[in-house]
Amino acid sequence: MGSNLATSAATAPDFAARASIALADDGLRRKFRRAMDGLMTKRAAQFPDPEAWTSLRARGAAIRRRSLARLPQLLEQLETRCRANGIQVHWAETSADADRIIQGILTDHGVRTLIKGKSMVSEEIHLNDFLAEHSISAVESDLGEFVIQLAHETPSHIIMPCIHKSKEDVATLFRDHIPNQAYTDDVDALTATARRVLREQFAGADAGLSGVNFAIAETGTLCLVENEGNGRLSTTLPPLHVAVMGLEKVVERLEDVPPLLSLLTRSATGQAITTYVNFISSPRKEGEQDGPREVHLVLLDNGRTRIFGDPQLQETLACIRCGACMNHCPVYTRVGGHAYDAVYPGPIGKILTPQIDGLATAGDLPHASSLCGACGEVCPVAIPIPNLLVRLRGEAAHQNSASTVMGAGARHSSVEDWVWRGWRLMHQVPLFYRVATRVLTRIGNAMPASLPMLNAWTSVRTKPRFARRPLNELVRSRGFDHE
Amino acid sequence: MIPIPEKPDTFYFFGTCLIDLFYPEAGLAGMELLRRQGIRVVFPSGQSCCGQPARNCGFAEEARAVARQQVQSFPKPWPIVVPSGSCAGMMREHYPELFAGEADEAEARAFAGRVYELTWFLVHVCKIALSDRGEPVRVTFHGSCHSQREMGVREEPRALLRDLANVTFVDLQRPAECCGFGGTFSVRLPAVSGAMVADKVADIAATGAAEVLSGDCGCLLNISGAMAKSGTPGRARHIAEFLMERCYGK
Repeated sequence: MGSNLATSAATAPDFAARASIALADDGLRRKFRRAMDGLMTKRAAQFPDPEAWTSLRARGAAIRRRSLARLPQLLEQLETRCRANGIQVHWAETSADADRIIQGILTDHGVRTLIKGKSMVSEEIHLNDFLAEHSISAVESDLGEFVIQLAHETPSHIIMPCIHKSKEDVATLFRDHIPNQAYTDDVDALTATARRVLREQFAGADAGLSGVNFAIAETGTLCLVENEGNGRLSTTLPPLHVAVMGLEKVVERLEDVPPLLSLLTRSATGQAITTYVNFISSPRKEGEQDGPREVHLVLLDNGRTRIFGDPQLQETLACIRCGACMNHCPVYTRVGGHAYDAVYPGPIGKILTPQIDGLATAGDLPHASSLCGACGEVCPVAIPIPNLLVRLRGEAAHQNSASTVMGAGARHSSVEDWVWRGWRLMHQVPLFYRVATRVLTRIGNAMPASLPMLNAWTSVRTKPRFARRPLNELVRSRGFDHE
Repeated sequence: MIPIPEKPDTFYFFGTCLIDLFYPEAGLAGMELLRRQGIRVVFPSGQSCCGQPARNCGFAEEARAVARQQVQSFPKPWPIVVPSGSCAGMMREHYPELFAGEADEAEARAFAGRVYELTWFLVHVCKIALSDRGEPVRVTFHGSCHSQREMGVREEPRALLRDLANVTFVDLQRPAECCGFGGTFSVRLPAVSGAMVADKVADIAATGAAEVLSGDCGCLLNISGAMAKSGTPGRARHIAEFLMERCYGK
């Protein structure tokens, strides 16, 4: 029931419609509320000392800004160091390029089955569907990704992709899709089943694919964090490993990684460190017994260079994908991830998706926020998400040929222009303001609740009641100085 | 952290457009509370709105024009006290970026640096001592997102309420969570906003408080409207009004 609603919500035309569908699903709301409450509590427990948090966050923010300031040079250095280490490097300008490059590598090696560790970039390029068209079967090995792959769904959270599913949902999926699996909603039994099925997949896979949390330019190393061991298996067991990353994930030095790792895992899952932290610097070397024979790194642009070109919007690229912004978002908590109809949901998705996909298709997402600021407050690298939401609202509303944002002006409305011009006049000229407030306080209550916007307001609230006299009129009679 | 200034002889009061239209009593109460601390209150008549509605919708030019009118209406170097953390946050945090590169950027920055939220100003600058003359009552408090996150006002209003002898203050279970107002958000996404305010009203009801107080009239408009529509008992009003009534009998 819950998943049907969640899936149908993803097909509605805009965020408002999808959100309304999601809100009608009480079970979905309860699941997200409970899960996000748990994540917020665990994160808070990892940052008990505000001063320590402030200083660690400042370090993390500075590292990411320093990395972005030298992004082109660091990417060149990363490529050079990786090649020297025996890692083959590929550049993909678009999602389609990345798909073709990866498929090319796999086809060259006769790969029929690909085992995948968790990778949001692989979701961004819709890799699984593309590979399926080329008769390559991609199997998700992260437990959450495994579950949603069985359900033919997309992740609803970047860290916990199947957070919208209950254990009963998973029990049903397993019974229906895994041979000889009886219904059980015992979590340990379900995990053991997944483990058994996936072990067979690992043993038989021709290649492994992973994401990258940080790529270290000075050493040519890929850092990958995970809790289930599937990342390590995907990157070491098959003879071929393909890593795919957004090109913003590069950092300058090895010593940049510990503060970022600490911020990432504490912010994401409330862990001081994940169960596995993988550092991959080369394929199997002469005389070594294990590890892949070949390692390939695919660097994806997909609009990131354009984002990089704008000094303010560049902050979007500082993100380390911890998901804390969505865990703390009062909108995400209520509607869940699918309502965003985007690979990256929640606050980071609201600034990233419109920049990658363009404001023509995703221009409503920056408005899916009360600008409460909870996201910016918890962001471990201090991305001013609310300010970027406001910037993108402006980009969507104004036609500007000099804008670097795709689809700038896509939501331009002459009516809205005139509304704000009128608002400006009313609040800029004191006489107009005094007259307007006097008129509104005297006759405003006669406005019918059916007026546009007022009817949206009164759907859950009573009509606001105008005062009998505005303050600017009353201060004189109460003997306050006014000048 | 905002540096605490010396207690001034004179200061400006910025009433806010929502108070003008919907809650003038809250504005008067705020001014009266401050006047009773022995400071001269000046209400510039050229003031209107901080410009936040336009700024938040991406209409920076219109927001700047209105913001400029405020900057010019408060020319003396006196502190500017605002009975709204949201409007105060707009002026203190966002005017510098709104005026970046403009001819009057320095003036706007100086203005921004003089802006204070009312309860913060009462506690830290006036060091107000309240004596409660009211009947026993149980209250709770909703702090706006911007008062908390932009102006750093968290404990101040609670401290004021806890100081009142006959007032039992019960905090919300989720004191930092948005009530769902968000200006135009409330009418652009009424279903989401409605879900948020329904949760806020339930949180308020669970405290058993007879009144929910706030330092922000946008939140009050939203919360009181949702309480009335859902038939939730209790009163919602500005903390300044409540403090004036209890401590000075009006």
